[in-house]
Amino acid sequence: MLHIVACIKQVPDTKIIKMNPKTNTMDRASAPAILNPYDAHAVEEAVRIKNRYGGTVSVLTMGPPPAVKAIKKCIEIGADEGYMISDRKFAGADTLATSYALTKALEKIQKITPVDLILCGKMTIDGDTGQVGPGIARRLDIPPLTSVKKVEEVNQDAGHIIVHRKIEDGHEVIKSSLPCLLSVEKEINEVPYSPFPNMIKAARYEPNIWSVDDLEDVDIKQLGLKGSPTIVAKVWAPPKPEGGKMLEGSTNEQVDQILSVILEKKELFDAKGGS
Amino acid sequence: MNLEDYHGVWVFIEEQEGTIAPVSLELLGAGRRLADKRGVELAGVIIGNQVKPLASTVFEYGADVVYVYDQTIFKDYRTESYMKALLHCCETYKPEIILFGATSTGKDLASAVATDLPTGLTADTTELDVEEDTGLLLASRPAFGGNIMATILCKKYRPQMATVRPKVMKALEAETGRTGKLVEEKIDIKEEDIRTKVLDIVKATTKKVRIDEADIIVSGGKGLGSEEGFQLIHRLAETLGGAVGASRDVVEAGWIEHHHQVGQTGVTVTPKIYFAIGISGAIQHLVGMKNSSMIIAINKDPEAPIFEACHYGIVGDAFEIIPLLIEQFSQALEKEEVNHVGEV
Repeated sequence: MLHIVACIKQVPDTKIIKMNPKTNTMDRASAPAILNPYDAHAVEEAVRIKNRYGGTVSVLTMGPPPAVKAIKKCIEIGADEGYMISDRKFAGADTLATSYALTKALEKIQKITPVDLILCGKMTIDGDTGQVGPGIARRLDIPPLTSVKKVEEVNQDAGHIIVHRKIEDGHEVIKSSLPCLLSVEKEINEVPYSPFPNMIKAARYEPNIWSVDDLEDVDIKQLGLKGSPTIVAKVWAPPKPEGGKMLEGSTNEQVDQILSVILEKKELFDAKGGS
Repeated sequence: MNLEDYHGVWVFIEEQEGTIAPVSLELLGAGRRLADKRGVELAGVIIGNQVKPLASTVFEYGADVVYVYDQTIFKDYRTESYMKALLHCCETYKPEIILFGATSTGKDLASAVATDLPTGLTADTTELDVEEDTGLLLASRPAFGGNIMATILCKKYRPQMATVRPKVMKALEAETGRTGKLVEEKIDIKEEDIRTKVLDIVKATTKKVRIDEADIIVSGGKGLGSEEGFQLIHRLAETLGGAVGASRDVVEAGWIEHHHQVGQTGVTVTPKIYFAIGISGAIQHLVGMKNSSMIIAINKDPEAPIFEACHYGIVGDAFEIIPLLIEQFSQALEKEEVNHVGEV
């Protein structure tokens, strides 16, 4: 039986987040907390693999207590178990410290049930880095497979997986030994509306919550802000670009002006004339 | 860790089928600037199979040193094998800064190497600078979905690592005949040590113009109202012979596929003409298109930030303007055609 773990994160919806123009800081309260959209695809893919081959899907997150909601969302999608590590000592972690903390939690999960496959979203929408997944893979010493857009085959008996990995002008077909870690593109699947029974189950579900003390062999120096080599030194509003020329006149006149501007770049259209 | 032991700026040279990825040449330009400010050497690191001849190009684009790992095991990019070579190189020669293209390969490799070293890694950088005396790399990038810019530092660890978006930095003019020190290295690594195999490489067969290569891009945003409304963008792009771009929320709404997305989490573009239609202009989008030669914005909202970033702006209804533009442009081209016939 396959045991698949999806690593997820609760994030502020960066599309809705508002900035305080005076202090140049984010008004986090203005943004609803959501399951990172890329992670929803990772959980969905884990559930699809489970449905194809049998097995169980666990989700793991690190975050403050309200992040339980993100785990419940994953139960709605079809995950079976949820684990959360939550402790002030994790706060302020960059990608290196985050991958360390999650790895310690994964080692504990491994002891409960061995893990065959770890899935992550391509990146989080608040951090936008995509570095935590490969970091976990390196720390567990399993192959990282990033930019995965299709899982072709999982063969637990033979101990391998075949995936399609997106590259700049196409994709690679890669065979890897199990266990391994995939970080998935959003085009890998569509996350459908959750079935009603899952929603009931999610509402009642209580995830396993661990503090640092519940984990084994943790080097405190590698956690949180202390364990983070990168620091955000400065946050600034992007420079206001120089304003361009606003066109005036009737719609027809404005279209005429744009037309003459683009036709000045005549060489762009020479080859295409009349086509 | 003694920070003083680390010297020099490196660029990971990404190679595909015997040619160097354009982003690597761009990074040599950026790396040259950092190295000169620090008064240190700029090096390129090439890993691959039969890649030694590429070193001359790397010198011509600004490197003083090229480290080459030329072994058959490096024929295909695989995280584990490339990572081992780069880690070996770092341990031997101790660079203070390493830059990677923010490509599928560059991001994958950088993440793995940074974890093993271990050190800090800044993703998707759009601005780079270095403090002359301390050697501290100032890596800046849009954060929180592009709502702000953040400068990231890695004070206590070396090397300092960053991935950099393609098309954001400028390559130097190649200096023909420029040369430098070639250092050939080898690592002891067996095929059975590598747990992944590349079974096949499938090139995208789409005939459509790729937006990172297009001269003309017509991009649409949520202002088009619906997937049907967005069809106007396709029509204008087709008429102009350009590619279709989109903002992030359009992609998230499912109106178009992700590879059309322009911006920090999409593609950085540098066309000759960029149309931003119904796009409000979040920084996330602006960083992806600001290097376009000419930006034309059309939006109903006169307050939209896109008007601060464009060369020409029209406040108006796209549904009125685009059909007119299509019609007028087609007529203008036909007329030109006639003129050409006359001249011949």
